Amino acid sequence: MTPMTYVEQVLARASGRDRVSAGEIVTARADLSMANDITAPLAIDQFERAGARRVADARRVFIAAGRHAPFRDAAAAQQVRRVARFCADQGIERFYGYGEGMDHVLAPEMGLVRPGMLICNADSHACTYGALGAIGVPFGSTDLAYLFAFGDIWMRVPETVRIRFEGTPGTGVTSKDLVLAALAQTGVDGARYRAVEFVGSALSAFSVDERFTIANMAIEMGAKTGVMFPDAAVDQYLRDRPVEGESLPTVPVPRPDPDAQIAQTWTVDVTALGPLVARPHLPSDVVPADSLGGIRVDQVNIGSCTNGRMVDLRQAAALLRGRRVARHVRLIVTPPTAAIYRQALEEGLLATFLDAGATVNPPGCGPCAGWHQGALADGEICLATHNRNFQGRMGSRTSRIYLAGPLVAAATALSGSIADPREWLQ
Amino acid sequence: MRLSGRVRRFGDNIDTDVILPTRHMVTGDAKRLGSVCFGDLFPDFAASVQPGDVIVAGDNFGCGSSREHAPIAIQGCGVSCVVASSFSRIFFRSAINLGLPVAECGPLAAVAIEGEAISIDLEAGIARLGEREFPIAAWPPEVLDILRAGGLVPLMARRLAETPGSDISSTENP
Repeated sequence: MTPMTYVEQVLARASGRDRVSAGEIVTARADLSMANDITAPLAIDQFERAGARRVADARRVFIAAGRHAPFRDAAAAQQVRRVARFCADQGIERFYGYGEGMDHVLAPEMGLVRPGMLICNADSHACTYGALGAIGVPFGSTDLAYLFAFGDIWMRVPETVRIRFEGTPGTGVTSKDLVLAALAQTGVDGARYRAVEFVGSALSAFSVDERFTIANMAIEMGAKTGVMFPDAAVDQYLRDRPVEGESLPTVPVPRPDPDAQIAQTWTVDVTALGPLVARPHLPSDVVPADSLGGIRVDQVNIGSCTNGRMVDLRQAAALLRGRRVARHVRLIVTPPTAAIYRQALEEGLLATFLDAGATVNPPGCGPCAGWHQGALADGEICLATHNRNFQGRMGSRTSRIYLAGPLVAAATALSGSIADPREWLQ
Repeated sequence: MRLSGRVRRFGDNIDTDVILPTRHMVTGDAKRLGSVCFGDLFPDFAASVQPGDVIVAGDNFGCGSSREHAPIAIQGCGVSCVVASSFSRIFFRSAINLGLPVAECGPLAAVAIEGEAISIDLEAGIARLGEREFPIAAWPPEVLDILRAGGLVPLMARRLAETPGSDISSTENP
């Protein structure tokens, strides 16, 4: 009998089978179903259109509808009001509608994401939870409506591919550089319909917060999900975050089987890496940061579910401390959750950002998807610690977005043009 | 199901930000979303669609965000089907769930030109450009069931009808 991959073990357990293998279609029960201020309203439309009256299991639903709070206009406010009413009517207690922050950072921070869970989220960056050994799978809103009504959903078992990070990161290299280097190899669809296992000795050099950055961008490779095998750092992360309120069911943690079928492996030589940047308009168009010197930027964004956690804010602040950003640059910092905002405040990081000339946004997604709080004008250039640089995503269709980690972002804000942070770290 | 219309050409990696920018996502109304479909990059597209038009694109169509507003907008502006060399997974699922047929056909996507006549027989799995025939990739039976029902919502309604007490919350009856 063929041994199962990590993802196959999770899907077998969630679909009540002894075993599953790649290519099979199964009906899997979600341990947590999630949606946000943009995707939940459509899910509620479809739920009602189908004639459903009650969600199957309100305890297993998590809605973060405050991604874009405070609301930019009446229509946006109206959407969240509707979601709030739905959650109240349905007895969904894990509803966070204003100011708590965005789901991909909030749910792990609350200890709700645990190894071995199957988490279905109406958002493409569900793969972020893989840093904790959970299988996060993205869906559209109609699928979420189905999950609300029945608690389960059909899924094709994906084949598994591997990205191996070997070596030791040098000065100025962050986990963002590792995932950008991987994207340069896989392209934007190399892992399409597949599950990615991120493995290799280099991962242990990074904290759980830094690993989220890598797992977060599995979707940019086209992947259905991405996962890392949980280790002692994950155990500690979870011990530090006891769940408040009603706990979720405990699930078994898969044991990685060395003989499981891996369809393809890419290897990243971490020792050889320097700071990297993805050029417009694809996250896979990756080049060394020092090859882009002289590209003048109008705006630098630090934040998002990719790179907005404490480790990212601390790294950026270390470069910005006691300095001012270039005169023509708008630096925008968006902590993804209220807890991060508060901790950054207490550690003096927000003061560092303000002293450097930054604007600090309220907790949430900020300008990442072009909704509000930092749109780009015609022809403007932005360097962002986000995950997507698609054309027009943050404003004008003639604006251009470069992606990088927090050190490149801080160095770029100080230089006024794209910069290698190693020049500023000395 | 047979569809026919004109080819509307797009390239590789058409992402959902290009199909429908976030700022429009304050409604689920297909007509309103359809009126701004591809609006930033191809501002004339939505108004130029004739009912039945078929989008033909390259690799990885619909990549990026999970926003279902994107396939709703494509459906809402009158497009009857999307044929591409390949699709991103979430877009593929959401389109099928909405009853918008999506078909993989690399050879057709490689040669189709803007404006030419295209017809698709979904049951037979064949697409035609003029006299030329192209086999389209077969869907799994689960997917075909959803398309035949007209989307996932009718199947949901059917399962609800078959599930006794499905209107009773499990939080009330643990």
